[in-house]
Amino acid sequence: MHSLDKRFLKEIKRVLPSQTILLSEEQRKPYECDGLSGYRALPGVVLLPDTVDAVKKILALCQRYQIPVVARGAGTGLSGGATPHPEGVLLSMARFNQVLSIDQVAATARVQPGVRNLAISEAVADIGLYYAPDPSSQIACTIGGNVAENAGGVHCLKYGLTVHNVVSAQVVLMGGEILEIGGEALDNPGYDLLAAFVGSEGMLGVVTEVTVRLLPRPIAAKALMSSFDSTEDAAAAVARIIAEGIIPAGLEMMDNPAIVAAEDFVSAGYPRDAAAILLCELDGGIEEVEADVATVSQLLLDCGAIDVHVAQDESERARFWSGRKNAFPAVGRISPDYYCIDGTIPRRMLGKVLAGITTLATDYQLKVANVFHAGDGNLHPLILYDAGKPGEFERTEALGAEILQLCVRAGGTITGEHGVGLEKIDQMCVQFGAGELEQFHALKKVFDPDGLLNPGKAVPTLSRCAEFNAMHVHGGHLPHPELPRF
Amino acid sequence: MNNFIQSLAETVGEAAAKGDPLCIQGGNTKKFLGREPLGKPCSISSYAGVTNYEPTELVITAKAGTKLVNIEATLAEAGQMLPFEPPGFGVDATIGGTIACGLSGPARPYRGAARDLVLGINCINGSGQVLKFGGQVMKNVAGYDVSRLMVGAMGTLGIMTEISLKVLPTPRHTRTLVFECSSSAALKKMTSLFARSIPVTASAWHDDFLRIRLSGVKGSVDAASAELGGDFDSDGDQFWQKIKEHRLDFFNGPGPLWRLSLKPKNEVLPLTDPYLIEWGGGLYWVKTSRPPSDLIKIAASAGGYITRFNGGDRTENLAGLEDVGLRLNQQLKKGFDPQNILNPGRLFV
Repeated sequence: MHSLDKRFLKEIKRVLPSQTILLSEEQRKPYECDGLSGYRALPGVVLLPDTVDAVKKILALCQRYQIPVVARGAGTGLSGGATPHPEGVLLSMARFNQVLSIDQVAATARVQPGVRNLAISEAVADIGLYYAPDPSSQIACTIGGNVAENAGGVHCLKYGLTVHNVVSAQVVLMGGEILEIGGEALDNPGYDLLAAFVGSEGMLGVVTEVTVRLLPRPIAAKALMSSFDSTEDAAAAVARIIAEGIIPAGLEMMDNPAIVAAEDFVSAGYPRDAAAILLCELDGGIEEVEADVATVSQLLLDCGAIDVHVAQDESERARFWSGRKNAFPAVGRISPDYYCIDGTIPRRMLGKVLAGITTLATDYQLKVANVFHAGDGNLHPLILYDAGKPGEFERTEALGAEILQLCVRAGGTITGEHGVGLEKIDQMCVQFGAGELEQFHALKKVFDPDGLLNPGKAVPTLSRCAEFNAMHVHGGHLPHPELPRF
Repeated sequence: MNNFIQSLAETVGEAAAKGDPLCIQGGNTKKFLGREPLGKPCSISSYAGVTNYEPTELVITAKAGTKLVNIEATLAEAGQMLPFEPPGFGVDATIGGTIACGLSGPARPYRGAARDLVLGINCINGSGQVLKFGGQVMKNVAGYDVSRLMVGAMGTLGIMTEISLKVLPTPRHTRTLVFECSSSAALKKMTSLFARSIPVTASAWHDDFLRIRLSGVKGSVDAASAELGGDFDSDGDQFWQKIKEHRLDFFNGPGPLWRLSLKPKNEVLPLTDPYLIEWGGGLYWVKTSRPPSDLIKIAASAGGYITRFNGGDRTENLAGLEDVGLRLNQQLKKGFDPQNILNPGRLFV
């Protein structure tokens, strides 16, 4: 049995064919969590529309009956942004899976929100173009979800985040109105509503169409892999490369536990005994890449690299990257569970922050492997734990929270690309004061006055933060960690 | 809290209590822009200085009153630049005014706009609250992206007091190619470059000449210029500077200056007045004294909008907003500035 208003369901049945309304528990069960599986809730009902008109009608009905709505793409998000509401609608956008048009002159593609990130690049590969943001879930994640989370990836330093690569979107507002934001001109009248929507975590509207900017595939790309005795040396090498005026397409660091896990999993050719490796990809014209490879190789050696390998061909380049791209599942093999943290720090603070993480991990008696988007300062510590052991998930969460607070103290942020969702809602109280939170709530109210879209996510209430901050006077340790926190 | 910020917050708080409008000013070099300024002048130009710059982080943080020329000089010393090449329209231009106006220069289609490079801001909203959004890191998705919302808002959502921007290394080599051709041929060439892997960083057609700027390592620039043909323009750097700052003769012609921002297309717009094209066909400048109704239609049919950039009747509301978009813009203004005291009506009514 579910708790939704029967009159509401009756009206929904007039809008959608019955096979796209999932009511039984077994039908709803697959939707109970997103990529952050520690947070679960069975949605009141799952709806699977495939027309904008149906989305309009659903949101109008939800507004009328005051029913919460959580939109969902592929459900690969890592912050609980698509965790369902038990008394609400889980609005799956998966059936909006068409590439609508490709403009070869302007280098843009108009797609439905359920189109997978990688599918966009595949659709335009034959004309030499691609869509640049490449989150590690790009095989599965959808562009609608990417817009909601402002997804990143390993090429952000040079090619930007989702916000830099989306030119316009069509959204349906709570209540059913359609809003076109952005546009194919290079700027647009009024406020930059597209900037407000990208990364808004489904709090402001439901994206029904997206136009993305495409880039020409670089003529040449080369990958270098170098190993170091210390993470500090590796971090210093990153700074030197950038000081030299070179912006690599990708610049990734992994620490020893991450290297070993990846090597055991995919045999990428990483040295198991290195304290850190740096993967550096250089792309552009043939002459540019040649010059940059020479310069970067020398800089890496100058900065104390034990050795530097330049991938000799495409297959070796792919192998270098396979270790990094599979780092998360690799860690998943060596531990029953892992928890991925997503802080960003000014890169110069890396040494201090890594040392701080090591100290914290020791305190909490947990192991941590680190992968790091070194070019842009986005750190992903992976905490290894066993959900089967009583209290270990709670300890993991508490360690994760402390790592994020460490990032904020280092001048960084609690989330670089995964979003706040449910997971980091308390850490928002550390990053922002009451004034900023009030301003966020005022912004939300403009688009969703009744607070029906994704309630309880992304931005905490002031009272929640007052409570959180009061609890945090005891040396950073929550009292009663055994109590459920959501 | 810093004395300047505290006293500015008090000024805004008092103005809000009385409902007295404030006219926010930096260097006052873009006072011609937007609708007629209203209210008591409120200057941030004395609040100046680079507060944090570590070249290897590719981020600069400066107080809003810092002069643009000073920021550019600081960056140049480390071989870096503001990728969006903002126009200053005078040496007194401040970084606060630059970001508030949200204008970008010739590199815009190729290296991103002002909004793409803003990482964080400190501001005072219309209620006098001192707030901080974003930060000094490149990836940050905590909270709504209020920093980017401020770009181009012309101070109507808050008074920015400090700004962090992403910066990039200055290209090692730059060359401008020049081609004598019609606007139609120029557009075909410019638009053909979007989907090609050629290191273009600016393009413009003016006075029967197309200019294309290439930037990168010398080998790549050589290879690209061999592919594109044309002549080398030895005064290229000066040309881009002049077009950015509107110092070409074209901009001194009679009549108000109109700005048409459009989806880049390879066909010329049906214009009867003198025009200049930038941004690979995405930006037209038009000089005309005629009423703007034709231009509005032309821009709309090309997927864009017009702005009265300089001169003419500034009381007209040409913001290009309607229906639900207009309503949301108005409500957003109210959400940041409930008493409507920050640069009221400068962007739209």
